[in-house]
Amino acid sequence: MNFDYNEDQIALQDSINRFLAKDYTFDKRVGYSKSELGYSEEAWHTFAEIGLLALPFPTDNDGLGGTAIETMLVMNALGKGLSLEPYLSTVILSGSIITQAGSPSQKGHLIPSIGAGELKIAFAHFEPHNRYENHITSTTAKKVGDIWKINGHKSVVLHAQNAHQIILSARTSGNTDDAAGISLFIVDAHAPGITMRNYTTQDGSRASEITFHDLEVSSDHLLGQLDQGHQFIEIALDAANAALCSEAVGVMSALFDLTLEYVKTRKQFGVPIGKFQALQHRLADMMMSVEQSRSMAILAALAQDQQDAQKRSRDTSAAKAYICKAARHVGQEAIQLHGGMGVTDELSTSHYFKRLTMIGLTFGDYDYHFSKVSDALLVA
Amino acid sequence: MDFSYSEEEKQFRATVREFVQTHVPKETAHRVSHGLRMKKADIVNWQKILFEKGWGSVSWPKAFGGCEWTPTQQYIFEEECAEANAPIQLPFGLKMVAPVLMAYGNAAQQAKFLPRILQGDDWWCQGYSEPGSGSDLASLKTKAERQGDHYVVNGQKTWTTLAQHADWIFCLVRTSAEGRQQEGISFLLIDMKTPGITVRPIIMIDEEHEVNEVWFDNVKVPVENLVGEENKGWTYAKYLLGHERTNIAQVGRSKRELKRLIRLASAQPQNGKRLIDDSRFRDRIASLEMELNALEITNLRVISSNSKPGPEASLLKIKGSEIQQLLTELQMQTLGHYALPHVPQALDLEWQSDFDADTYPEYAPSLSGFYFNFRKTSIYGGSNEIQRNIITQMMLSL
Repeated sequence: MNFDYNEDQIALQDSINRFLAKDYTFDKRVGYSKSELGYSEEAWHTFAEIGLLALPFPTDNDGLGGTAIETMLVMNALGKGLSLEPYLSTVILSGSIITQAGSPSQKGHLIPSIGAGELKIAFAHFEPHNRYENHITSTTAKKVGDIWKINGHKSVVLHAQNAHQIILSARTSGNTDDAAGISLFIVDAHAPGITMRNYTTQDGSRASEITFHDLEVSSDHLLGQLDQGHQFIEIALDAANAALCSEAVGVMSALFDLTLEYVKTRKQFGVPIGKFQALQHRLADMMMSVEQSRSMAILAALAQDQQDAQKRSRDTSAAKAYICKAARHVGQEAIQLHGGMGVTDELSTSHYFKRLTMIGLTFGDYDYHFSKVSDALLVA
Repeated sequence: MDFSYSEEEKQFRATVREFVQTHVPKETAHRVSHGLRMKKADIVNWQKILFEKGWGSVSWPKAFGGCEWTPTQQYIFEEECAEANAPIQLPFGLKMVAPVLMAYGNAAQQAKFLPRILQGDDWWCQGYSEPGSGSDLASLKTKAERQGDHYVVNGQKTWTTLAQHADWIFCLVRTSAEGRQQEGISFLLIDMKTPGITVRPIIMIDEEHEVNEVWFDNVKVPVENLVGEENKGWTYAKYLLGHERTNIAQVGRSKRELKRLIRLASAQPQNGKRLIDDSRFRDRIASLEMELNALEITNLRVISSNSKPGPEASLLKIKGSEIQQLLTELQMQTLGHYALPHVPQALDLEWQSDFDADTYPEYAPSLSGFYFNFRKTSIYGGSNEIQRNIITQMMLSL
């Protein structure tokens, strides 16, 4: 048992932090967020250069064979830097699905392109009206001759507007709420039959409503076996939630540092406000929330290597639920302790808070994940 | 970074488990698992059993007869002992006075006291708090005046845990009224049989006798019982407070109690179903389980890092005590109406129940008492508010 990073991991962390501190300052980040693209293509290339985009993939596919620990470390740093780049969509979500479900030839041409920074993929799965339930799929794919015809509506698809391809889930058999009968397809993002309504998100990123209207693809576009997609969706969403946990820890610790700095410099009644015990104990509580969340992000990272799907899912949900709650605590307190400055657009504080809040609503909120943890007690 | 136990650590756990599972005396294990009243012999015998095995202290250096295990091994040991319903190893000698003697005591003191602590021959208690000095410990007034070869001690200590069994007490006493109040304190070892010492029980909220007042009336203490230098006692006391950290969070015990809570909630009927089927109650267990997951990993992070004990112990104390308290609260709540009966005689092993075992099972009598008793955990050892002060001063530099 050893919770210290090794030399390679420290070097990786240093290179990300160096880049973010120098070339991804808060001012630049605001600019990227307001740009047409919504992120920095330059940053994406740097991610490719320092190996982030190939990190979690098998070495057979030009990947670096990184473990959940490296992913944790990367997401933590990206959280601190408030990165807008489509890392979660392309590398974590789509990367997980391709690695788990893809054929050798699909892996052989998709993964190296992701690693090189040439290919971005969005993951279109959730639909309106079903909140976070991940087995409900009413988008359909019907086979007509050799061609699949896809129809449906996917909601709040992260980073879709700049994606080259889209991985989508569609029902190929069974009822809307069956876990079986869901298939995964990978399609060109600009194929006829796809309409996107793009928008900016609360935290300055990008997402889209996607409708498929008689989108036509061949069976070559299937990822994994017909009707067997749900297990891969669950693995990918667990991986994404684990990654979000680590990102949230990065955001929380940055927010905590900002707040600590603020109470040491802001003076009222002739003293720094950090001298008031009413505030000191709240800062101590925030620190504890951050450290306990760091531990839960480790639990989530560990869970991704877990063979037992129930345990993986329980631990991931426990971490996400815990971190949703802690993020709310740390975020709201950070704003409160910054006073009026906390609710301005000018300081990065409010931007961190908004990202933290949105993480808590992405791929399952507190209630969703907490009920999974609670129900797991009935199985135990 | 490697989050999993190594093969050696797994093997180590198996070895520890094999021993503790087979060596905790049956009656003792029953008392622990049912929350019954512990006897002095339960604790002393267990210490002697461990000593015979060579495990009298898992943390002490080998030079003093300890195992000198790694913090992770110590944690594994604590977890396995808790799981086996072993009684506590009394911390006052092993984990409090002993490290101070090793660091600041002289060779004669080490030779006199350490082996007897290890063998379970001396029962120690801690003379810190006074009626007027709780959180503000350094304001303590119990006075030790040097008269030739002796100190003469006058004053009163309070909240002295299990002093009714004690052979020795280590005390913070005032030897100087000059300068800062921290600079006039000395660390003195006092034989409880010395004339002039009176121990009076304090009956606590659960109507049990666990803590005491200890009065000193012209108590003569030989000067060789002074540890280190006169007026340096505060330094030693702080050393002691920061020293014990592997078990401050009580993770092993809380994991055992969580399992017990789940068993109780699964056994308690409600409306034709089980209490655990009620999502309102189950959610409270789940919430606690998540807190314990987080604390377990935080604890492992703290103990596996090579840095010296520090203010992170305060986090472990706060979170650990909150979890322990919530566990007792939920365990009590599983009983419903049957949380109300107060049957003190039921806490003795010999008690023959005259209740219907189906309605008032043998585990029930202790649960409410434990809830009341465990309110202490956020108060003792530096209240949770003092712990927050330590965090803000030492970690956050506010």
